[in-house]
Amino acid sequence: MTREQIRKTEGIIALTLSTLAAFLGLFWLVFILGDVLVHGIKALKLSLFLNDPAPPGVEGGGLRNAFVGQLLITVCATLIGVPVGVLGGTFLAEYARGRRIARLISVLSDIMVSVPSIVIGTFIYAVLVRPIGHFNGWAGAVALSIIMIPVVLRTTEDMLSLVPWTLREAAFALGAPYYKVITQVVYRGAATGILTGILLSIARVAGETAPLLFTSFNNSFFSVDMKQPVASLTVTIFQYAMGPYDNWHAQAWAAAFVITVFILLLTITGRLIIKWRYK
Amino acid sequence: MPRTAKKNPVDNIFSLVTAAASFSVIILIIGILYVLVSESSLAIGRFGIWKFLSSTDWDPVKESFGALTNVYGTAFTTLLSLVIAIPVAIGIAIFVTEISPNFLKGPIGAAIELLAAIPSIIYGMWGLFTLSPIMSNHIEPFLKKIFGSVPLVGILFQGTPMGIDILTASVILSIMIIPFTASISRDSFNLTPSVVKESAYAIGATKWEVVKNVVIPYSKLGVFGGIVLSLGRALGETMAVAFVLGNNHRITTSLFDAAATITVTLANEFAEADTDIYLSSLFYLALVLFVMSFITLAIAKFFLLRAEKKYSR
Repeated sequence: MTREQIRKTEGIIALTLSTLAAFLGLFWLVFILGDVLVHGIKALKLSLFLNDPAPPGVEGGGLRNAFVGQLLITVCATLIGVPVGVLGGTFLAEYARGRRIARLISVLSDIMVSVPSIVIGTFIYAVLVRPIGHFNGWAGAVALSIIMIPVVLRTTEDMLSLVPWTLREAAFALGAPYYKVITQVVYRGAATGILTGILLSIARVAGETAPLLFTSFNNSFFSVDMKQPVASLTVTIFQYAMGPYDNWHAQAWAAAFVITVFILLLTITGRLIIKWRYK
Repeated sequence: MPRTAKKNPVDNIFSLVTAAASFSVIILIIGILYVLVSESSLAIGRFGIWKFLSSTDWDPVKESFGALTNVYGTAFTTLLSLVIAIPVAIGIAIFVTEISPNFLKGPIGAAIELLAAIPSIIYGMWGLFTLSPIMSNHIEPFLKKIFGSVPLVGILFQGTPMGIDILTASVILSIMIIPFTASISRDSFNLTPSVVKESAYAIGATKWEVVKNVVIPYSKLGVFGGIVLSLGRALGETMAVAFVLGNNHRITTSLFDAAATITVTLANEFAEADTDIYLSSLFYLALVLFVMSFITLAIAKFFLLRAEKKYSR
């Protein structure tokens, strides 16, 4: 082969491999989602949402407790995480804009976003579970909110920074104090972006399992008491999938299907809003 | 910030509230570090730092604990998953930026990023019920037949393939981190100025040569940052590996052996630890993991910031 032919062949091989890599990525996506879909739909019954779990080994029963518990924990986590995140992001983008402290907190938040969630679980166990004496729903909600805060904080900061400075100056010129400028002008300008950030952060924590394992733990009975152990879909999936019974496995697949669909819908909605609003 | 803003009392309160909210991040980091250190002080006192990190003991009955088997398992699975994920992720980035027709670029990029949105528990469950049987029945016996008798490399392919092992866990981890590396690499590749690429084409370079000699060298900072970020994510991944790694506190050399990572040990044993020293040792493990991943992520952030600065010039 001549030198030119070698170079061309090398190019064709490398580019083919890259294309194959892309297809491999898509293959995994389709494989995993398809598998969850096939197994999940087979096991999806109305009783799953209406009944509480049957005793181990007994057929039937549902996961009503886990659905309600998951919702409860996620909502509480959102109620704690979102205000802290939005206000924190406001400080970075407005009052501390351009200061060194804002850059530091911003970088630390980026790191916190990826800190192992199980470590946060152990932290909350030491702070909110052991002093109280038993696992409880609030501990799970706080653990999730800790994961949420840096996510919401960073998106809020980015979204507020996108609002043109001249808009603020226009409001200042009318004599408005800074807090009014922020709440009535800047927040309005960035509302879609902040909301999208919140959606994506809910999608991020709704599938978390590790921080709930030793905080809200699990509960095989229906309970909405956040001071007691609360069941969650994710921990139930872990327990049921590792368990020995076939009907547990089926229910775990159904729960996995529901939670995957919920999270993917949130994520896709968030992405579409960003694309539609900011492109 | 305008000067008049500070004079309004409501504004002062609002600025203080927002400041408190954003300082919560710093307080949380310090708080986590403080709590983990104080909770593990019993184990730190008993085993020390170096002895804990270098001991392979993990024996709740004799109350003798060491982190080495866990750290080893974490390092082994993480590095193996990077070895599998990096070529695929960079291949994807090359495909999306240089090869794919324009109308496919968005959808394929978005689809790959969707992989990152799937919760880790789903990966774990899928790994246990679907991937693990495939690995033990088809892929692992095949690998064993080919590499099992090769000197040196053969050590990695000994034992009975059960599907619940280091290889399966690493494959799942690699699928999970592909989207991170791929999307950061893609963004870095996209920042290569077209003038530079065009001048390479003008002197007769093929597309692959442009990628290899122009695009990748130009964006290596960003790509490297993306890889380290994925490393940090993989270190702390719990549920995806908890299903398929077993919980085996031994130093193993074969890919077909069960192992234990720090995260898997925590997930399996934390709620059941019955003695103070046991629980304290688990907190110690969590502290080791926190420090390891914090440093890794800080390094990743450092490179990504450097890359950002370079490209924005």
